[in-house]
Amino acid sequence: MMAEELISVVWQKPEVENQSTDGLLEKSAKIMAENIHAYFGAVHALKGISLKIHANSVTAIIGPSGCGKSTFLRSINRMHEIIPGSRITGKILLDNVDIYSMDAVFVRRRIGMVFQKPNPFPTMSIYDNVAAGLKMNGVRNRKTLDEIVEQSLQKAALWDEVKDSLSKSGVSLSGGQQQRLCIARALAVNPEVLLMDEPASALDPISTAKIEELIYELKKSYTIVIVTHNMQQAARVSDETAFFYIGELIEFDETKKIFTAPSKKQTEDYITGRFG
Amino acid sequence: MTSSHTIHRGDLAKTSASGRNVSDLVFKNLAMFFAALILVLIVVMVAEMWNSSALSREKFGLSFLTRSIWDPVREEYGALPFIYGTLVSSTLALIIALPLSLGIAIFLSEITPPWLERPVSFFVELLAGIPSIVYGIWGFFVLVPWIRSDIEPILSSSLGFIPLFRGAPYGIGMLAAGLILSIMVLPIISSISRDVLKAVPRAQKEAALALGSTRWEATKIALSYSRSGIIGALILGLGRALGETMAVTMVIGNRPTISASLFEPGYTMASVLANEFTEATSQMYLSALIEIALVLFVITIIVNSFARLLVWSVTKHGDAARRQ
Repeated sequence: MMAEELISVVWQKPEVENQSTDGLLEKSAKIMAENIHAYFGAVHALKGISLKIHANSVTAIIGPSGCGKSTFLRSINRMHEIIPGSRITGKILLDNVDIYSMDAVFVRRRIGMVFQKPNPFPTMSIYDNVAAGLKMNGVRNRKTLDEIVEQSLQKAALWDEVKDSLSKSGVSLSGGQQQRLCIARALAVNPEVLLMDEPASALDPISTAKIEELIYELKKSYTIVIVTHNMQQAARVSDETAFFYIGELIEFDETKKIFTAPSKKQTEDYITGRFG
Repeated sequence: MTSSHTIHRGDLAKTSASGRNVSDLVFKNLAMFFAALILVLIVVMVAEMWNSSALSREKFGLSFLTRSIWDPVREEYGALPFIYGTLVSSTLALIIALPLSLGIAIFLSEITPPWLERPVSFFVELLAGIPSIVYGIWGFFVLVPWIRSDIEPILSSSLGFIPLFRGAPYGIGMLAAGLILSIMVLPIISSISRDVLKAVPRAQKEAALALGSTRWEATKIALSYSRSGIIGALILGLGRALGETMAVTMVIGNRPTISASLFEPGYTMASVLANEFTEATSQMYLSALIEIALVLFVITIIVNSFARLLVWSVTKHGDAARRQ
């Protein structure tokens, strides 16, 4: 019962607190990365990344393959460390608390993730996929579950397509629907931040457009960080863009500025397609 | 500039048309022949057992399966106690071995660091390589006295209200057979379950972890993903238990009776075959033994088909996932 009370309190979380702790920008920093170095064995994948991610905005991370953008994303919810031989130094502050001083399980409950390939649980129904995270949090009340499952599917713009087949297997859906199911699954535990690792790269253009629309809707209540290979996508969905190159942060600015008047030569070369 | 090594257009096509298609044809038919041999072997075996058991089948008919009598002197035979002994000892073995094997498999696939995984796996698989006579000797001289002095007295004093755990502590009996079999099927079930768990896609484990699952919750997701494989492991274990002969023969007591208590001696189909084939002096005796072999064969096939059905019914969802 305690977990349920907790969920229902958290669930009605106010839209956003927009106190400006930052003198220069109006929005508050939800996540602050300070001098992040990440390694896989001897490979130095991230070389001192410092980055501020603002609340209720979409931050895109772009860059050529192998530049460390996924590694950076996975260090934000401590998924990097589950790979054997990985190591990380530096600080990542979530609401000014270092996530590496917290329990990784709780970090991941506050920072949700959507993966490149849709990965619903194949042995579970659509309903159970969405409810999976809630059940792990100890929510057992059927009514609460029903309610949150419906809300989450609605937020993921999937409700109308699946409301009559909630007991069907999650993998009976199309690729694009599966990805929105994964988004609903991530939203059900009501995270504050949503990390998306190339969420549309395995999807067709129509499904991609749906996901992008969804991102636009979701940023009203979530802080979103999206890794993408697709520069048009970054330009369409994000407020701010970070350009990574071989483990370093080359440039970080408003998306408009990155795509119209980048201040670094490398950024310009990349977005104009001269390399990468 | 052309040299003698130049390959002209069409040369390769000619070779493949003449030489390679023939070798493909030979290869295909040879492979098919070997596969067909298996079928032929099974058919020949069944036919042989069917013919050799004719005397017994004609005299006792289907009642052979339901009679509890086994009297070579008066030439009266029935297989029920042996069927019962085989099924009960194997079931007992699986009930004991399943939780242990899953524990080992989860430890090896999810928890242990790589430097520890290899030696532990090695020892688990080593158990599978020990000859069953060695298990039998160990069971008779170590396990059985221990069951007699400790396990059975404790069970009967704490759970004696259940008929299963009533009776005099002989040591030798169904419980000893179940325990020794559980040790013997443990390496099979645990090493296959480990492989199955290790084959769960990284994306599934990450999906669970990213939802904020604990290690145990992520493991439950992995177990649910690989349940058909684990059932498969269980079936292979069951196959071993049903057919295991030597070790069981040495500890089960070899008395063709059916009793509710696990403490009482029993007999299995494989054991009676091993014990009595040399003393089967009359035609009828031999024929009855061969009919028991036939029954064991059929039961093994039924159990395996049933298990296949089970796997098939739980994998309908899983297969859909893999087809994606």
